[in-house]
Amino acid sequence: MSEPLHAISVEVNGKRREASVPARLSLVDWLREELRLTGTHVGCEHGICGACSVMLDGEPVRSCLMYAVQANGHRITTVEGLAQPDGSMSALQDAFCETHGLQCGYCTPGMLVASQALLDSNPHPTEEQIRDAIGGNLCRCTGYQQIVEAVQLAAQRMEKK
Amino acid sequence: MSAAGKSPHAYRYIGAKRRTKEDPRFVSGRGRYVADIALPSMKHVALVASPHASARIVSINIKPALALPGVLYVLTGEEFCAATDSLGIGVDAPKVTRWALAKGVVRYAGEWVAAVVADSRALAEDAAELVEVEYEPLPHVIDPEQALDAKAPLVHPAHGSNVIFHRKFVWGPVEEAFAKAEHKLAFRATWGRSATVPIETFGVAAQWDAGQGILDVWASIQMPKYPDQLAKALRLPGNAVRVHYDVDVGGSYGVKRGLKHTVLVSYLAKKLGVPVRLIEDRLENMRGGDMQGPDRFFDMQVAFDGDGTIRAWKIRAVDDVGAYAGRAPLQLGKPVTAICGPYQIPAVEYEPTSVMTHKTPQEAVRGFGQAPTNFAMERTIDRVARHLGMDRIELRRKNLIRKDQFPYLIPSGSSYDSGDYHAVLDKALAAIDYPALVRTRDAARKAGRLAGIGISTCLEPSGGNSAFEVLFNPKNETTTWMDSCLVRVDLSGAITGVMNTSSSGQGHESLVSTVIGEILERDPAGIRVVRADSLTALPSNSPVGSRMAVMLGGAAAGAAKKIRETLVAIAAHNFECATEDLEYKDGNVSLKGAPDKKFSWDQLVEIAHRKFHKMPPDIEPGLQAKFVWEVPTGGGLPTPDGRVQIYPCYSFEAHVVYVDIDPDTGKPSLNNYVCGHDCGTMINPDIVHGMTYGGIAHGIGAALYEKFAYTEDGQLASGTFMDYLIPSAMEVPALAIVDHCTPSPLTTFGQKGSGEAGYLGAPAAIANAVNDALEPLGASIDILPMSHLAIWTAINSMQKKVT
Repeated sequence: MSEPLHAISVEVNGKRREASVPARLSLVDWLREELRLTGTHVGCEHGICGACSVMLDGEPVRSCLMYAVQANGHRITTVEGLAQPDGSMSALQDAFCETHGLQCGYCTPGMLVASQALLDSNPHPTEEQIRDAIGGNLCRCTGYQQIVEAVQLAAQRMEKK
Repeated sequence: MSAAGKSPHAYRYIGAKRRTKEDPRFVSGRGRYVADIALPSMKHVALVASPHASARIVSINIKPALALPGVLYVLTGEEFCAATDSLGIGVDAPKVTRWALAKGVVRYAGEWVAAVVADSRALAEDAAELVEVEYEPLPHVIDPEQALDAKAPLVHPAHGSNVIFHRKFVWGPVEEAFAKAEHKLAFRATWGRSATVPIETFGVAAQWDAGQGILDVWASIQMPKYPDQLAKALRLPGNAVRVHYDVDVGGSYGVKRGLKHTVLVSYLAKKLGVPVRLIEDRLENMRGGDMQGPDRFFDMQVAFDGDGTIRAWKIRAVDDVGAYAGRAPLQLGKPVTAICGPYQIPAVEYEPTSVMTHKTPQEAVRGFGQAPTNFAMERTIDRVARHLGMDRIELRRKNLIRKDQFPYLIPSGSSYDSGDYHAVLDKALAAIDYPALVRTRDAARKAGRLAGIGISTCLEPSGGNSAFEVLFNPKNETTTWMDSCLVRVDLSGAITGVMNTSSSGQGHESLVSTVIGEILERDPAGIRVVRADSLTALPSNSPVGSRMAVMLGGAAAGAAKKIRETLVAIAAHNFECATEDLEYKDGNVSLKGAPDKKFSWDQLVEIAHRKFHKMPPDIEPGLQAKFVWEVPTGGGLPTPDGRVQIYPCYSFEAHVVYVDIDPDTGKPSLNNYVCGHDCGTMINPDIVHGMTYGGIAHGIGAALYEKFAYTEDGQLASGTFMDYLIPSAMEVPALAIVDHCTPSPLTTFGQKGSGEAGYLGAPAAIANAVNDALEPLGASIDILPMSHLAIWTAINSMQKKVT
């Protein structure tokens, strides 16, 4: 195919990635298909479900609504980048396991990104603030109950540290 | 093999708080879903869909699409329907044929007309837009009641009618009860077309291995007999299809049944000699993915006395299955197994009709038709209470089956295994502080607000048997719906459980490891659970019908018990004693009363694997055992009047919910929610609670928000998440579950199923809450979903009448 390509340079999970991509390639397709970071999921491709959430310079964004070229020069964190430096689970990931804040796991990367972004800016969120923060992420398995509990647990544990 | 009745506290691992085996890989982004599978040189499919609800295909011009660089092939129905067989159907209607691609005519807007194969999905989509299809629109019918009219356009003229199934069952002296009853009521309850709509769409990848003559398939599937049906449609022997069950499925709750997608992709992979995949986009999924749920109205009649005793009810259920039918009509069949709900109703008439329209086909949805039926029954109970001026809770208490009446044979032939419905209801009412809730509601009403309390008491038939197939299709004599497990202990002494189906979030690896660990007294954390592919698998009927705790749990226990017996037999042979003289503990076998005289786990494993000279003569070397379990109580055929034991186990749930409605906008807020739940012994409480919470959230969607709405010309008007409204964390309130345990006498540990929990009672409770809120106005709604607009309209119509 002779689509024109555009050079991009993006920091993904702490690693500089250089690539040439067509203008219409979405950020999520680039992450998943080119970088094989398949932890980020595609749910609706129109910005509602939040399964594709990643952090762009620390803020949660929909990677299905962004083109890869728009990430040029920015810093992206995916679910694969949430673990601690030694590869072990983050406090939030561990709390999701503790409360069973997931079932099929499909919305989970987006939920983790949305709630990690919340905890980064607000270490002591109320239940209402947690629900607000994950309000743009749809889950069909959990009814959100054990997700809210996971975020609360993570906040408590991070406070103790 | 029953150990039922044993208190859950008697178990070592079962019922304890345990982290799941699955969660760590999902939170670290290491799941392996179908869209994560990258096969070398894989090609991608996009679909051309019909814009018409009903039309003749005049011509298809694929040349412009084929001319696009990167496009490999464009397949149409002419070729595909000639080369593959029609998909199967659950009822006896052989002329209602169905393929993934339309041939000659289209029967719903969104039906696939052509499939484009290209180097990338983006290119395939580009090319799909270049396929030129000329249509001649034909008359269509969208409304199920109109479709029943003799003059309605026929969806399948060859079938001769839009009715694909109809039967009237009469169980017990119904007419006599109606003649004698002091009161009668009749009304219509309507369940809107919604579905479970997983966040992952359906996807499938297929590869033809020409060297071996095997088709390899990876799919986000949850479906009984999927490989068999796939092979049949492809005209291949069953052993030429290998479905890989080790694919994580991103939610299903019944609907991930992409058989048509799979036949299509498999045909293309085989024909083109390259791996091919199709991952639905959201519009394909909503419109042409064939995963919409029951679309049903109930004409309810109930006969009762002044003291609240219900003597009989008549249920006429008309269900719109859309343009084609697989198992959809059978969703009217499962409710036969709980057709009087949790109540002592001695006589029931049930008249199910399955009708076809020019809409997207219906597929199995969580509960398989039970949630709509529960909704209609619970609306009936509340209407009886309102009619008599009787308290809804007292009416329920009066009619609920009592604890001392189990096993309880219902008029349609199923026997309920066990339960304590009154205790569960009481626990739920206590947990929500019902008297205080009533005071809150009454105070809110005095302050001019619309507030209501909803109650529902519902059954979850579980253990997934399929006797409704036989009931709805006498040509089908399926009387087993078995499941299996293989347990292996390798030379290192490590244990592996092999299951034979895929999972979509139900935590089956945790289930199997916990059960094996319980029986063998080994830590489940060290037990690995893997999935066979369909060529190496033992029989399974997949995780449908709330069956895996019962069936896979039972099979895993059965296999583990065989291992345990083998270990004891090896020890007995070497001690030269009887097995009764031995004690099994933690995997070691010792002489009773002499714990020092023992064979350790490692020694026994070594004998089994290496020392044939130390093996008992009648036992195979190696250490593995399989167990195939028939559904408890299964195996029976229906009587001529349609009585049959369908499901074995019956879980129970009592919901209490408080709703506050904004009278200016009709917006309901759920402020307080408690679900009392009894599914017998819980293997893993976190998993059971999680599924129940999720089921309640689904129920909130079905009750208030979600609807596949169609325009008069047959277009799906809610094909995106901007108009098909899935409840978020803002609409779903904090939920509380109160557990109760009445063990099942039929299962290994007293467990019952719970995969449909919450969903089976929530819509009924919420509908009752909204109606309670509307009662002071004299208004009522019996149509789901109760959208803001519908509630606002109900409020306004009554207020206008008043003024």
